[in-house]
Amino acid sequence: MTDTPTSSGKTDELLAVPPSSASDPNLAVLLWRHPSIFWGGILLSIMVLIAIFGPLFTGDPIELNPIKRLKPPSGESWFGTDYLGRDTFARVIYGARVSLVVGLAVSIIAVSIGLVVGMVSGYIRALDAVIMRVMDGLMSIPGILLAIALISLSGATMMTVVTAIMIPEIPRVVRLVRSVVLSVREEPYVEAAIASGTKLHLVLIRHILPNTIAPLIVLATYICGSAMLTESILGFIGAGIPPEIPSWGNIMSEGRTYFQLSPWIIFYPGIALAITVLAVNVVGDGLRDTLDPRIARKM
Amino acid sequence: MIGYIFRRILATVPVMGVVALFVFLMLRLSPGDPAAVIAGDYATAEDIIRIREQLGLNEPIVVQFVTWIGSLLQGDLGISIFTNLPVTTLIGQRLEPTISLTLTTIIFTVVVAVPLGTLAAWKSGSLIDRFVMLFSVGGFSVPVFVLGYIMIYVISMELRWLPVQGYKSIFDGVWPFVRHIILPTLTLSVIFIALVSRMTRASVMEVLQEDYVRTARAKGQSELKVLLRHALRNAAVPIVTVIGLGIALLIGGVVVTESVYNIPGLGRLVLDAILKRDYPIIQGLILLFSFVYILINLLIDLSYCFFDPRIRY
Amino acid sequence: MLRWTKRQFLTAAAIMLPLSMGAVQTATPAAAESVLRVIPHADLKNLDPIWTTAYISRNHGYLIYDTLFAMDESFTPQPQMVDSWEVSDDKLTWTFKLRDGLKWHDGADVTAEDCIASLDRWGKRDGMGQQLFASIESLTAGDSKTIVMKLKEPYGLVLESIGKISSNVPFMMPKRIAETDPFKQIEEYVGSGPFMFQKDEWVPGSKVVYVKFNDYVPRSEPPSAAAGGKVAKVDRVEWTYFPDQTTAMNALINDEVDYFESPANDLMQLLENQEGITVEINDPLGNIGFARFNHLLPPFDNADVRRAAIMAMKQEDYMAGAVGDQKFWKTCYSVYPCATPLENSVGSEVMKTGDIEKAAAALKTAGYDGTPVVIMQPTDIPLLSAFSLITAEKLRKIGMTVEVQAMDWSTLTSRRAKRDPVADGGWNMFHTWWIGADVINPMSIAFSGNPDKGWFGWPSDTELEAQRAAFAKATGVEEQKKIAAKVQERLWSIGASGELGQFFVPVAYRSNVKGLIKSPVQFFWNMSVE
Repeated sequence: MTDTPTSSGKTDELLAVPPSSASDPNLAVLLWRHPSIFWGGILLSIMVLIAIFGPLFTGDPIELNPIKRLKPPSGESWFGTDYLGRDTFARVIYGARVSLVVGLAVSIIAVSIGLVVGMVSGYIRALDAVIMRVMDGLMSIPGILLAIALISLSGATMMTVVTAIMIPEIPRVVRLVRSVVLSVREEPYVEAAIASGTKLHLVLIRHILPNTIAPLIVLATYICGSAMLTESILGFIGAGIPPEIPSWGNIMSEGRTYFQLSPWIIFYPGIALAITVLAVNVVGDGLRDTLDPRIARKM
Repeated sequence: MIGYIFRRILATVPVMGVVALFVFLMLRLSPGDPAAVIAGDYATAEDIIRIREQLGLNEPIVVQFVTWIGSLLQGDLGISIFTNLPVTTLIGQRLEPTISLTLTTIIFTVVVAVPLGTLAAWKSGSLIDRFVMLFSVGGFSVPVFVLGYIMIYVISMELRWLPVQGYKSIFDGVWPFVRHIILPTLTLSVIFIALVSRMTRASVMEVLQEDYVRTARAKGQSELKVLLRHALRNAAVPIVTVIGLGIALLIGGVVVTESVYNIPGLGRLVLDAILKRDYPIIQGLILLFSFVYILINLLIDLSYCFFDPRIRY
Repeated sequence: MLRWTKRQFLTAAAIMLPLSMGAVQTATPAAAESVLRVIPHADLKNLDPIWTTAYISRNHGYLIYDTLFAMDESFTPQPQMVDSWEVSDDKLTWTFKLRDGLKWHDGADVTAEDCIASLDRWGKRDGMGQQLFASIESLTAGDSKTIVMKLKEPYGLVLESIGKISSNVPFMMPKRIAETDPFKQIEEYVGSGPFMFQKDEWVPGSKVVYVKFNDYVPRSEPPSAAAGGKVAKVDRVEWTYFPDQTTAMNALINDEVDYFESPANDLMQLLENQEGITVEINDPLGNIGFARFNHLLPPFDNADVRRAAIMAMKQEDYMAGAVGDQKFWKTCYSVYPCATPLENSVGSEVMKTGDIEKAAAALKTAGYDGTPVVIMQPTDIPLLSAFSLITAEKLRKIGMTVEVQAMDWSTLTSRRAKRDPVADGGWNMFHTWWIGADVINPMSIAFSGNPDKGWFGWPSDTELEAQRAAFAKATGVEEQKKIAAKVQERLWSIGASGELGQFFVPVAYRSNVKGLIKSPVQFFWNMSVE
């Protein structure tokens, strides 16, 4: 079976990165040259700190208080209250935890699964065709649609939501890993290792895996950002994380009806989400430029 | 080359097969019982059993699959459970708004994003470049529905410039069509412009470093000529490719945009169907979307080998 | 060269698509036509109001079909298609004579045969219909305009049944359509009502169009709920469904629609302040919040535990939390809607309690053993979602172990049909509401005490069933009231369900719309646009 390069293969290389041969730059130099990583990283760190420690200092995000429903922001409740009188500030802070966990979980799982499948596909010719056809199939189903269908059919739990967001991301990872494997295995040192009878798994782990790490980290940040956005869209549509969990998507979804009456319910989680995703993407861009000398040269 | 075209077309068959199998299994293995949903609020257990039988839900799953594929091949997508209408009819009614919205979005995106990206690459490091980069990162960071609500609030409610919602067919007059499609197009374009301008910038930048561009510049060709004749022309392949791949992203956005702007298109049809568990519609539409995606990417692939003699397979 | 050819290629391909589809809608109303643009409360998915009980299909039915009898404002059945009728002295033979000039939308005359076939089909689906037909010996046509109904035994609710105002309404259809299997949907939509359904313009999920039926002969009486003259005062009625409340509200404010059938109560504050928009309560009965126990599974297989839970349910908390503004709700401790003929207060003390401490004490006495309660929360319906959360909080406070399971309404409807134990996908509680007109008398399936044929939750009580059966046979208003009170007493003493209050969903419309009819059901005749 000859390998049919598709257009998408080419784009993956451009979107992501060929393995970098540049030696690790000193961290301080890196941050100096790429202020975006610095600022994005600071922003992201703040969000992570809020997610971890914030809920310890706020009120209860799920306590109902029907008498104080739909109250605008005030000294008592900084971000106002929602239609059941719950404190939007407490909910947004707690939501940071949910969104970051979703983003991280999706990117880690998608990258891990994609890494294994991609290496297998790139290395074992017999399976390559089958795996890639399945990946092409998955890729051709619009991700959000696939996620909504999976969730609404299997019931919304944190697990199913993470799984549903994760599945459409896998083909991207597989394609990237596979393209790295295909290029690396032609390298003389890899061919030498194979010729000298090194075991398959050792070749994969020692020689091929290290080359995938840099581009995968970049891809993982993008997946993390898009997973958080997808979570909010799923919440908006009403097919997301169970509504008793205050995720940003859920808070905004519940505020949908009250957009003009009580805009704060959508406004604050919307801002929080945009800032976090922006921070993640900026860090991703920065890493990408660092790792891709061809384009980074012009930055 | 004909051999390649043939092989490439043939290669889409297993992909469609994978999609079909996936869609079928996903729906059949889910816990919700369509019969109970259809039977409604007052149904007794007897009613539910009766409806299950009518829908063939009691057949073994393999039989259901074979029956389904058989009718698919005859162009029959089945009958909607709730409306009792053929799925093809329902799709036919909804095609026009969705096609219009995706077309206006793609056109608008290309018109805005390609020049922006080229400009950013040409003047890389400048203020314009930074702005484009900021926009392209920012565009990926705002949920499309928040954008939609803000646009409705500012442009339609406060300024009263454009209608809030709805779709008017272009065949009933160009002006009403344009007025209704502007806001949804703008909303949907943001993420797409971010994607395409980013890609354009990266590709043009890469081409600008090539030797032949330097040669052209050295020969004293004007910058405009260099940009148009060499840079953009050679950067076109990845740009067109990313537009093709972006179709999947676009369809996801259409689902949300259509429900914010109340546009009776395919996105809303599929969302409704999923929430109501109208199996035949869900199956038909996911298949249709995948088919369109595969087709467009096939055409893009084939167009390379037609138009670019350097690409040979 | 490369760039342009490819782009042309793409564009050309894309342009070809819509042209080849030919899905072009050209029907635009002529300038002189008056159009009522409506946002209905739900999407019309199903066009057979006998096959489904969905309220939206019922409203569709009232536009295109007519009924033999119809309820007026005081919930008394009045003749609608029927001109005159007689009851024999032994109350066993009922003779109905149809009005002159009744025509189907396809031009044919309405005959007694058509009506008999329609009643037959309805009698196989509707609960009240099944009860009535159990007492019917024969239903025949005397002549082309006369229907003769012979009963096995006297039956008290003949006119209440065939003049039923809400689902399933016995709508009259031509014989060939009415002969459709009652468990299959009809495929032709021909009625004799004041409007005609435009099948070509129907876009399920989005738009439904009706046009005036010029040959309809309305009664001469003024309209009163479903009774009286049904005069179509607009040429077209267009329903456009909006999945998004905010967009719907903006469309009304922006004059893109005329009439908004069920805006969220909270949007009223915004709508009320808009110039040119009227907000009013059109349905005098409103809706009744309903907390349903599963009587088959512990802990709610014990009547005392159910009663203890009911004692914790303070209606004010549910209404304030889920409905909001006090203009739109009131407490109501009668199982029949307040301000209807059968309203009474027999046995209601348990519901009126609304006290956590008393409920906790009652729960202790009942011997609750800590069995967890699974509440199904339909998160796509904010009102019911809120009801669920409030109940969960209250039950926890009285010392019960509660697990709230979130799901969408579709999943809930399939899961509530399961009688299995919780471990096998069963449930203990869910919330819903009934529209007032549905629970106006003991015949409602909401009050059933027959676990085999009854509604989800399956209460089992022979005395309750005996009283309900007695109600059906009761003749005379006083006797009906007496038995209705007994049914209610029985419902409270077995703690069948919690009643969470009566709430009203207002309508909002532009000031140019006139002629709304006060009724629990939305009608579109008599309404005009100026």
